[in-house]
Amino acid sequence: MKKTIAVLVENHFGVLTHVSGLFSARGFNIDSLTVGETEDPTISRMTIVADGDEKTLEQVKKQLNRLIDVVKVIDLTDEDFVDRELVLVKVKIDNKKRSEILHVADTFQAKIDDVKKENVVIEVTGDQNKIKSFIEMMRSFGIVEIVRTGRIAIGRK
Amino acid sequence: MKMTGAKIFIEALKKEGVEIMFGYPGGVVLPIFDALYDSGINFILTRHEQGAAHAADGYARATGKVGVCLATSGPGATNLVTGLATANMDSVPIVAFTGQVRTSLIGNDAFQEVDISGITRPISKHNYLVKDINKLATVIKNAFHIASTGRPGVVVVDIPVDIQIQEADFYYPESIEIRGYKPTYNAHIGQIKRACKLIAASKKPVLYVGGGVIISNASGELIEFVKKTEIPVTMTLMGLGAFPGTDKFSLGMLGMHGTAYANHAIHESDLIIAIGARFDDRVTGKIEEFAPHAKIIHIDIDPCAISKNVEVDIPIVGDAKCALRDLLKNVEKPDISGWHKQIEVWKKKYPLTYKDDSKLRPQYVVEEIYNVTKGNAIITTEVGQNQMWAAQFYKYDKPRQFISSGGLGTMGYGFPAAIGAQMGCPKKHVFDIAGDGSIQMNIQELTTAVANKVPVKVAILNNGCLGMVRQWQELFYKKRYSYTILEACPDFVKLAEAYGAVGMRITKKKDVRKAIKDALKIKRPVMMDFRVEPEENVFPMVPAGQAINKMIGVLA
Ligand SMILES: Cc1ncc(C[n+]2csc(CCOP(=O)(O)OP(=O)(O)O)c2C)c(N)n1
Repeated sequence: MKKTIAVLVENHFGVLTHVSGLFSARGFNIDSLTVGETEDPTISRMTIVADGDEKTLEQVKKQLNRLIDVVKVIDLTDEDFVDRELVLVKVKIDNKKRSEILHVADTFQAKIDDVKKENVVIEVTGDQNKIKSFIEMMRSFGIVEIVRTGRIAIGRK
Repeated sequence: MKMTGAKIFIEALKKEGVEIMFGYPGGVVLPIFDALYDSGINFILTRHEQGAAHAADGYARATGKVGVCLATSGPGATNLVTGLATANMDSVPIVAFTGQVRTSLIGNDAFQEVDISGITRPISKHNYLVKDINKLATVIKNAFHIASTGRPGVVVVDIPVDIQIQEADFYYPESIEIRGYKPTYNAHIGQIKRACKLIAASKKPVLYVGGGVIISNASGELIEFVKKTEIPVTMTLMGLGAFPGTDKFSLGMLGMHGTAYANHAIHESDLIIAIGARFDDRVTGKIEEFAPHAKIIHIDIDPCAISKNVEVDIPIVGDAKCALRDLLKNVEKPDISGWHKQIEVWKKKYPLTYKDDSKLRPQYVVEEIYNVTKGNAIITTEVGQNQMWAAQFYKYDKPRQFISSGGLGTMGYGFPAAIGAQMGCPKKHVFDIAGDGSIQMNIQELTTAVANKVPVKVAILNNGCLGMVRQWQELFYKKRYSYTILEACPDFVKLAEAYGAVGMRITKKKDVRKAIKDALKIKRPVMMDFRVEPEENVFPMVPAGQAINKMIGVLA
């Protein structure tokens, strides 16, 4: 089971090691982790996508809460939220495949960032489902490299 | 008024009421040591930084105050590590100060630089690296607050040498503002009422009490609670003394080397009320078979401890003292006379005993220390068989009387901890019950005891081996005593004398009592070398991974 957790933390050095160290020390798996400043410059927000059973994820939340520099833990899985991720995909290209690839990119409202003779870099933004199906589509063309920002998420309430 | 960082450090400690501090000097803490010189703070120079950490820990456990230690950067800081891990595992409030290379050198692999924040992250409650002199006072204030509140623990404050020299206005904050840290003390009243319903309906309830009750000074409330409900009490190693060991409702310790009656009671119980305990594997045995018939109420100040190892029916997050007070107001006495009868049968059938013949047995030594000190001494322990016998055969009636490394099981803990405990409680008799292996791990602290005229007594249960490991080898590894027989052993009597302490050797059972009496008359450190039966085992024993009612070595 995957959970999306937002963690508000004090915006100073060392906090990231406390959080990531906690995950490694307790054997929790992180799918992705992103950090950035919030509307309050003294607070950063991490979005963590973690994998595990219900009990483990409950412990993850409690352990995060226990860290002194963690101001708040929000389990977004419990509520309605908007999530986004940005992915850069480098795909092999040739004259035969070119139009097909561009067509798929277009249906996903993806952007072509760079075109070379052998490959093309495509940028796509979306929620987890969209990203997943886009990557699957691109796999059939031959993916050279993928770079992902990791998921960010915000509650609708 | 402008002050140097070192002076701010001293003033902050005074504001925190620090009377005593343990440590060791070095290059990057010179400014602090210079300020300490005429500060009026009682600084105890140990002979190893590990000793300083354990002494601060022993002081903290014996007094309930925050223990403070200080070391230099690099090796000084890493030498603290075992001591800090030991304290943090047992939720002991410690503030550990370390010097650090100057801020401009951090990250350069400078001489004696280690990333002590990184190293201590998993073994501390929190840590700070002070990079701004203007934050020093607030950091120290926060460190003491975090160490001593909620579930207490270790806070490390790393202070670069240039920060110690720089000047700033000294302003000590009156209040604490840490937005990410607000421990819950008051239990949820709905949960308390639900718990009381279960208690009233229970037929075979057991109180399973851990160190949390001692930490929150809740023994009085616990005693009241038992007076009202007559629910029998079993304690973890850390919980010993939370409830009087001589009380008729005490079942003694549970778990791997607990009493047979405590373990049977847990196994048969229909309701376990766990307070300030964390269902450690040494207590539960095979977790799938732990208390199969029982509902569980779990009170703990640390939400992480709840439902971590066992599923709990009624979780109650809060301070043991507050929760017990609320329970007391709402609880009704359950009808459990049948349960008491059953427990009496177990107590008669499986008493905690040992072979009482003419040989000098370690359990006898512990019993005699109990008799001679009339149960009033503070006992620290090393780790191994000595620790378990000290837990089984000395009856602790008061909290903070039994001081032992439970969570980490650190050999070498007991002696420096005894020094710290004795300095915190100068009127008490303090004994370190030791093994001949463990005592050699921090033996250098004999100098500290002698130099500071600390009259601790060390009772070495000298069995010529690493007894607990040998016991496992005997029982589970076909008596292949691989590196557990300590053939070479120093002459502890001469050793004590070389350090300027008093040494005694006791080889006969009949001499034990007099020796202990004599030792207590000596107002100096005394090291007693009891030559005990080498192959004595600690029983009962729940073999690792077994259910706790499957004990071996129960003498019936
Ligand atoms: C620092 C450390 N190293 C190793 C161990 C593993 N260990 C646990 S008990 C024990 C034997 C202790 O021997 P001794 O101090 O002589 O005590 P006894 O069991 O004989 O009473 C050992 C080696 C430990 N607990 N701590």
